[in-house]
Amino acid sequence: MAQPSGTAAAQPSSSTPARLRSAFAATEIDVRLFGMLVALVVILLGFHVLSGGKLISPANMITLAVQASGTAIMATGMVLIIVSRNIDLSVGSQVGVIAMAYAVLMTDFLPDVIGFPAVGSPLMWIVALGLGLGVGIMIGGLQGFIIAYIGVPSFVVTLGGLLAFRGVVWVLSEGAAVTGIDSTFRAFGGGANGSLGGDLTWALAIIGCLAIVALLIYNRRQRRNYGFQLRPLWAEVLIGAVACGVVLLLAYGANQEYLPRGLAARRAEELGIVVPEDELGTRFPMGVSWPIILLIGVTIVMTFVATRRRFGRYVYAYGGNPEAADLAGINTRWTIMKTFMLMGALCAIAAAIVVGRLNGAAQDLGTTQELLVIAAAVVGGTSFAGGIGTIPGAVLGAFVMQSLAYGLAFMGVPSPVQSIVAGIVLVVAVGLDSWNRRRGGGRRRAGT
Amino acid sequence: MTDEGKTPLVEMRDIKVAFGGVHAVDGVSIDLYEGEVMGLVGGNGAGKSTLMRVLSGAHPANSGQILVDGQPVRIDNTRDAKRLNIETIYQTLALADNIAAPGNVFLGRELTTPFGSLDDGAMESATREVMGRLNPNFTNFRQPVVSLSGGQRQAVAIARAVHFNARILIMDEPTAALGPAETAQVRDLVKQLKSEGIGIFLISHDIHDVFDLSDRISVMYHGQIVGTVKHDEVTTDDVLGMIILGQEPDQANGDERASLA
Repeated sequence: MAQPSGTAAAQPSSSTPARLRSAFAATEIDVRLFGMLVALVVILLGFHVLSGGKLISPANMITLAVQASGTAIMATGMVLIIVSRNIDLSVGSQVGVIAMAYAVLMTDFLPDVIGFPAVGSPLMWIVALGLGLGVGIMIGGLQGFIIAYIGVPSFVVTLGGLLAFRGVVWVLSEGAAVTGIDSTFRAFGGGANGSLGGDLTWALAIIGCLAIVALLIYNRRQRRNYGFQLRPLWAEVLIGAVACGVVLLLAYGANQEYLPRGLAARRAEELGIVVPEDELGTRFPMGVSWPIILLIGVTIVMTFVATRRRFGRYVYAYGGNPEAADLAGINTRWTIMKTFMLMGALCAIAAAIVVGRLNGAAQDLGTTQELLVIAAAVVGGTSFAGGIGTIPGAVLGAFVMQSLAYGLAFMGVPSPVQSIVAGIVLVVAVGLDSWNRRRGGGRRRAGT
Repeated sequence: MTDEGKTPLVEMRDIKVAFGGVHAVDGVSIDLYEGEVMGLVGGNGAGKSTLMRVLSGAHPANSGQILVDGQPVRIDNTRDAKRLNIETIYQTLALADNIAAPGNVFLGRELTTPFGSLDDGAMESATREVMGRLNPNFTNFRQPVVSLSGGQRQAVAIARAVHFNARILIMDEPTAALGPAETAQVRDLVKQLKSEGIGIFLISHDIHDVFDLSDRISVMYHGQIVGTVKHDEVTTDDVLGMIILGQEPDQANGDERASLA
């Protein structure tokens, strides 16, 4: 915001807090997101201390991130649905259906019925993923069509979907769990075989840092071209340094996990190098795993779609004022239908992760996940009144909820108590948020 | 201003709109010339807003014909109307509250970069330019319009209409929610746009809002046009009589008019 730094500069603040606040405003960091980030760190540090310094370790953090990834990926789509004044209660069942579809496709249908691709073909994962995405988009398209064009409320349509798709899961597999999927597909679940390895992780981190710097420079140049007020240089450098630092730290953390000795020995053999026996356990870093790469990719793409594409703009405009969107000549029905198709595709990605992790699919996969996804979006600042919500907020929301669950489980708190805490946190978080908005939304935006 | 020899900028012929069995607009014909301000007045439910919603593409007519520059045109939705340079400032303003001014000005007609992504810089820059003309005090280009004052919101709605080279402008109760200073601003703007050759439909339920600005005034009553009069041939009382009685001034009983005045 150009406004806040302008007013702050115009009237030099006397007190230190005021000066700090204006400095913070100059960085143009989203206050809400920053607050959630702080909350996440506080939760993790709190449990770290309570557990006697055991919680925060590379292995635990990787597990936590992988567990949160599916819900977080789906929450990015749920944001757009809730922003446009709808709801999708069927996402858990969608994950169930698509997961079972992956499993049945890979164990039965593709190899046995069609004979394609040949068993063990490296193409298997991409064929299966493509078909799964297709199923997700079709499910979303069907529900979206009924909601947008026929005008049945989304709550009703997706409640029906929740029930019906769960039934489809049973029909697909004739009531049995299906295991033993293609090994190439298992990489989606992460783990030793689903990670990039040390060198690629560093490469990815460096590309990320370059992208951050490029983006900052591009934005600054754009602003200068149009003669808008620039962010102070110190703020640009600080943001760039912190963002790159976080990226490199995450890469470092991911590389603190190593392949288990057995796998490491095999890898050494493949590469034709000799590794001393006692170095085997620390020779090959695992690096960042596929679920996390998918999550990062989805977050970036969805943020771009939400903020920099016409489609995203229309979703927010519709949420803010449906009549205005209509009068502006926006094809609002098609826009709404697309939000549900996108949601279906994201469910397919989340389903790929869970199928990869479990090496198969069970009947109850994804049950009640719709509630976690909605909770993540709402804790992340998405408003049911429509028009308000951010993608990164929802991802952070998913991590906040998952960190709580993980921390409590880590402390040995029984699962019913975990549910109680999760429920209370959900209500308190949203309550605080709406209280904060009512109290000073306008004033805070004015940067004072 | 009205030149009978010229082709009207826009002409609506025998327009009918029915909601269920109610004829909201019942066979109305109206025309508008370049650089002319046509006041459209009438009581609540007289059908003036519905008639204009037909022209702006927000509501389909059941029957009737619309001509722009003498050519018959089809207006099925607001995009069709905008393609014909018919812009509308709705009574409700029709702003997306959660989006900043540039996003609202360009809503549905976003500027994009060569890669197809939104060009927010270009949109903000263009919005700053048009606002500089309309309301130089306007400075909030980054905040959602919900945090703006009534006058500023009105400015955003007007900017949206005039930025895209409107030739025909429909203003539905443009000053209903404004204070005196802002009302004066809108009046100045109407005069300026008129001098640029834009044809303007000015809708109001209150004749005093539009009388001074209008070249001609059409009065609607129960879905029909009671009469169209020239501004310099009538008084506000004549028009008031038409609004209330639904009759041309010469038909109305003199005593009745006297009692209203």
